[in-house]
Amino acid sequence: MGRMKKKYESGAATTYISRNKAIRKLQLTLADFRRLCILKGIYPQEPLHKKKVGRGSTAPKTYYHVKDIQFLLHEPLIIKFREFKHFNRRLKKAIAKRNKNAAERVRGNRPTYTLDKIVKERYPNFSDAVRDLDDCLTLCFTFANFPATKRTQVNLIQECRRLTVEFQHFVIASHSLKKVFYSIKGIYYQADVAGETVTWIVPHKFGHDHPSDVDYRIMATFIEFYVTLLSFINYRLYSSLNLHYPPKLTVKLDEDGDEERLTKDETDERVEALTHTLMTSGGEVVDEDAEPDVFENPDNPDRVEQAKVEMQQMKQLQGLFKGCKFFLSREVPRECFTFIIRSCGGEVSWDESVCPGATYQESDESITHQVVDRPKLATQRFSRCYVQPQWVLDSVNARKLLPAKDYFVGAVLPPHLSPFVEEQEGDYVPPEKVKLLRRLQEQDGEEDVPEEEEEESEEEDELEDESSEEEEGEATSKQPPKQKKRKMKEEPAASGKKMKPEMVEAGKAEKVDVTKQLARQQAEEKRLAELMIPKKNRRLYHKINYKKKKISQEAKALTEKREAIDKASKLQKRKQKKLSV
Amino acid sequence: MRDYGGLKATEQAAKMNTLKRPHAASDTSEEEELPDDYTSNSDENMEDTDSEDEDATDSSDDDESEEDGDSGKEVNDNDPDGDTGIDSISEVDEEELNSAVNQDSSVASKAVNEYAEDSSDEEDIKNTVGNIPLEWYKEYDHLGYDVRGNKIIKPQQGDGIDEFLNKMEDPDYWRTVTDKWTGEKTVLSKEDVELIKKLQKGGNPSASEEMYPEWIDFFSGEEMMHPVTNRPMDKRSFIPSKWERLKVGKMVHAIKMGWMKPRQQKTPEEEEEDKRKRYDLWSDEAEDGILRRYRQHIPAPKLPLPGHVESYNPPPEYLLTKEEEEKWTEQEPEERRINFLPQKYSCMRLVPAYSKFINERFERCLDLYLCARQRKMKMNVNPEDLIPKLPKPKDLQPFPTTQALVYKGHEDMVRCICPDPSGQWLVSGSDDGTVRFWEVATARCLKTVEVSSRVTCVAWNPNEKHCLVAVSVGTTVMIINPGLGDKKMVSDTDAMLLSYQNEAGSSSEKELPVDWVQSDLNVKDYKTGVRLRIEHPKEVAQVTWHDFGDFFATVMHEGQRQAVLVHRLTTRHSQSPFSKSKGWVQCVKFHQRRTGGGKTMTMLYVATQRFVRQYDLVKQKMVKKLQTNCKWVSSMDIHPGGDNVIVGSFDCKNAWFDLDLSTKPYQTLRHHRGAVRQVAYHSRYPLFASASDDGSIIVCHGKVYSDLLLNPLIVPVKVLRGHAITKRLGVMDCAFHPKQPWIFSAGADGTIRLYS
Repeated sequence: MGRMKKKYESGAATTYISRNKAIRKLQLTLADFRRLCILKGIYPQEPLHKKKVGRGSTAPKTYYHVKDIQFLLHEPLIIKFREFKHFNRRLKKAIAKRNKNAAERVRGNRPTYTLDKIVKERYPNFSDAVRDLDDCLTLCFTFANFPATKRTQVNLIQECRRLTVEFQHFVIASHSLKKVFYSIKGIYYQADVAGETVTWIVPHKFGHDHPSDVDYRIMATFIEFYVTLLSFINYRLYSSLNLHYPPKLTVKLDEDGDEERLTKDETDERVEALTHTLMTSGGEVVDEDAEPDVFENPDNPDRVEQAKVEMQQMKQLQGLFKGCKFFLSREVPRECFTFIIRSCGGEVSWDESVCPGATYQESDESITHQVVDRPKLATQRFSRCYVQPQWVLDSVNARKLLPAKDYFVGAVLPPHLSPFVEEQEGDYVPPEKVKLLRRLQEQDGEEDVPEEEEEESEEEDELEDESSEEEEGEATSKQPPKQKKRKMKEEPAASGKKMKPEMVEAGKAEKVDVTKQLARQQAEEKRLAELMIPKKNRRLYHKINYKKKKISQEAKALTEKREAIDKASKLQKRKQKKLSV
Repeated sequence: MRDYGGLKATEQAAKMNTLKRPHAASDTSEEEELPDDYTSNSDENMEDTDSEDEDATDSSDDDESEEDGDSGKEVNDNDPDGDTGIDSISEVDEEELNSAVNQDSSVASKAVNEYAEDSSDEEDIKNTVGNIPLEWYKEYDHLGYDVRGNKIIKPQQGDGIDEFLNKMEDPDYWRTVTDKWTGEKTVLSKEDVELIKKLQKGGNPSASEEMYPEWIDFFSGEEMMHPVTNRPMDKRSFIPSKWERLKVGKMVHAIKMGWMKPRQQKTPEEEEEDKRKRYDLWSDEAEDGILRRYRQHIPAPKLPLPGHVESYNPPPEYLLTKEEEEKWTEQEPEERRINFLPQKYSCMRLVPAYSKFINERFERCLDLYLCARQRKMKMNVNPEDLIPKLPKPKDLQPFPTTQALVYKGHEDMVRCICPDPSGQWLVSGSDDGTVRFWEVATARCLKTVEVSSRVTCVAWNPNEKHCLVAVSVGTTVMIINPGLGDKKMVSDTDAMLLSYQNEAGSSSEKELPVDWVQSDLNVKDYKTGVRLRIEHPKEVAQVTWHDFGDFFATVMHEGQRQAVLVHRLTTRHSQSPFSKSKGWVQCVKFHQRRTGGGKTMTMLYVATQRFVRQYDLVKQKMVKKLQTNCKWVSSMDIHPGGDNVIVGSFDCKNAWFDLDLSTKPYQTLRHHRGAVRQVAYHSRYPLFASASDDGSIIVCHGKVYSDLLLNPLIVPVKVLRGHAITKRLGVMDCAFHPKQPWIFSAGADGTIRLYS
């Protein structure tokens, strides 16, 4: 007979280690441990059997994987931390003794470390790093917008500014911006970077008041790592496009003949440099827009087709503003719109007095669009289109230049919809989106038109009203004759129904009953079958159903709300009309 | 005006004097002191004091000049009037001046001259009377005595006119004062007046001298032609310092030992530059196997993407109404479904900064390094797949589907019903104290038997040759002949009951646990149909017949060991089958089981609170004990085949037992939402039903196969509703029609319903 197995000496109990134990094992302070975990990307894990891991106790504790901690044991960074501790102690001592000389000397020997190795260790592949870029970019953009205060180091902020602008330059150069969303929290961007979809948020450019309940040391530790990561990613991205890193701008030669270049100190003006194109490091980038290789893939031809469509759309988006010359009014957020327009192939400028970096004047006759965010404009030129900034965003999201009519200066804007929402079956779809999708489809292909028309006619019936008719006419200026025809056809039918109600009544009632009965019967059968679901599946079944129910309830509430709002607005319009008459 | 000019001139002269004189004095004194100062104080201190001194002198000079200006002005203003000068002085010392006004000016001028040159502090004692109040000499013409002992005669005092004349004529009148000890009049010098004025202003009396003279720096930074001192240089200024040597030696040692690090060669800027140097970190991606993490990494979930709600200009339906907003603000931040209030701005320039932006970023950071991660498999289950595949109810017909008839008549809840074996009649007992007999087909109440209290159970004799109903009311069980149906059968039944002859004096009668009371033919009781009364010691909960119609059993909840009694109608004999209490007996059921060879086995099933026991009555042995897994059994029925039992319980469960399989439930059915009151099998069709407090009757198809390998098939086929829930009670009893696939139900709402 073998030896008796003791409890908690193998298995889950030994694969996890509590945080306090880990700290004791590493001989670090809590703050150093935290730093180390952040830099090395070590996170606590939730064990499957908490009771086993806790040796009988189920108290809420954080557990780390033992191997994670063992992995940390050999980290050279720990040595650096200790050195830093010693450095601090020496410096303090020297200062306390008023030994300036010694203090100076100690300061000169401040221990430093680089995180290159850790970046490589955490992300062995470039694609891994890009996949994790979301948080990195968001935090870097946040720091880039910070003012330099006591709590935030100036050099970090400047570094962040530099890196974020570099990244934006890359997106512009590679035309990889996919989606933009102007939310109340900030501006969301989505780009296709090195084959991965990256989403990040940029706060609105305003002063921040530093909240008191935020520990900036933690954020600074994160940013320390992210800065290193982003710089390496930027390097790699730039080299993939054959661009210089750090970026150099190709600026037209001045009259004097000397070339303007961005110097290192002008970090603030880097933003303004977004209007210029970057210098390539010789050698043209291979044009990847060529037709994709067609693989014989009999398994899923749909997917291939989908990829093709997607590719086409992306191409369309990349050249969306090609040939358009934009002029930004002073109240329009410059950085954001320059970035968006340039990454879709447009040209941008602004008033020279507002900010450096303007490439052409407002008086330039070749300007096609002027982005204005004011209620009124005194003088308008005929040669260009004056639009509100939302037009740019909505066009990018629709991947098509939308008619500017709805976005003229002073016009009531249509809702700005999130491009990230992909409605599942049963979800609520705002009517604006339905309308937009239909319009896009109509523009797309002529084959689908008949089906769409039918749908639209139904929609028309619902919305049939004087005011709504007018709106529709405005919105789809191309369609009005067709619509009228359809209405003409339908009208006699509707009147016919009204003519002979009594004769048809009996038959109708029966018909309705049959369907209802069938439905009822089926529902009953289902209910009865539900009774027989075995106990182990019952909970899951009810959970799924509950979720479905919640979603449908939400959708229903939203539709009802929308209907009420539409009704109220219609009434108001009518009243106004009456008053005006 | 003349006076004024003169005064000014003298003043200026005096000022010149004051400026010159102290200057010279201070110079000399400093010359003497300087060397001492230098030896005692360090360089810094010297410098400091110097600068301070300078500042101070400057300021004092300014003050003086200002004061001068002021005083000059004053005089300027006062003089034209003449007497105003007195006013200004009188503020200094009233007493003195008052006396001065009274004195003669001529006498005073003499005395002043006498002491003009005397600079000593100590004044000559002119009056020797001492420090006494001078009022004491008021009455005398002398003031006191001088040093030689001669009287000091009071000077002549002029009258008011003299005084006035003096005032008008004497230009020095305003600065003439009287010495009260000698009575002499003294004219104050200009200096004295100045002094008084200064005192008056609270200034320094000696401030006429320059208090802070200009500092002349001897050891200036400039290199002089000649050395300041004539001292030769020290030796130590030529040879290296020993202490420095020692210190350097220590440092060298410390560097050697590694205790101290020499300064780095690179400047911090250079280092920054080094750090910033970037290269292609992922140039050797091929050999990633080495650096790949040793186990599967759990990436942090990405932040959810924003929906339409977050837009700066969302569709109007996404904005919160007032109530929703209130609800949102009342909720705890953790409870909120969205962590911001949706807003709509008409244009982009109105969008403000989001105040929680930094907080959200910080929370994300916290989540990244503090949140415990776990890999979770996302279930992608189609809920339809979870529903077991069962035959459709349509294919399992016949079963009761619709409500056909409602039997109305009872005024209170109907507790129990029972159809007669032919299926023509129905008996029901109610809380209103009546037993009613109904015709099934027409829903007519044919007969009502009034009993004193509520009826707990009714049971029709299963023998079709008899027409008898057992009714339990309180502690009595009545055997009623309803007189329905075939006349012959009714009379036969009566005859059967009358044919019994009591064997008088039999010893067994005493042992009977109950009293058998036969109704007399003439009594009203008999006319209503009650033939027999069996008085029990405790309240009777249930009556049930054996299939032959001769035996019947009663259940008394509180009967202890006599909880179950078995009675025989023909012999009017009762006996308790158990010698010991089996627990709280809920119900009992007889079952006649046919075994091979034409033999039959009579089984008695006894359901206690949690168990069902199966007894063989012939062998008088327990066969099986079934565990129901219920908290409290309410009812029980036996499948006609005898191998299956269904048990209903008050905790909403039905348990189906297959006696061939095990003593534990083959299937537990949680179909009801309320306590199950009654379960029943159909005698012919493969159906069973359960009635519950939730007001529904669930009819299930329960097919039992003769093949032992096949388990019973249970499919719920119909939920029947119709009974209203009153006093939280729904359906109290249900019973199948003996021949048709119909079901009767008795409800707490006082109705009986037939579903067909």
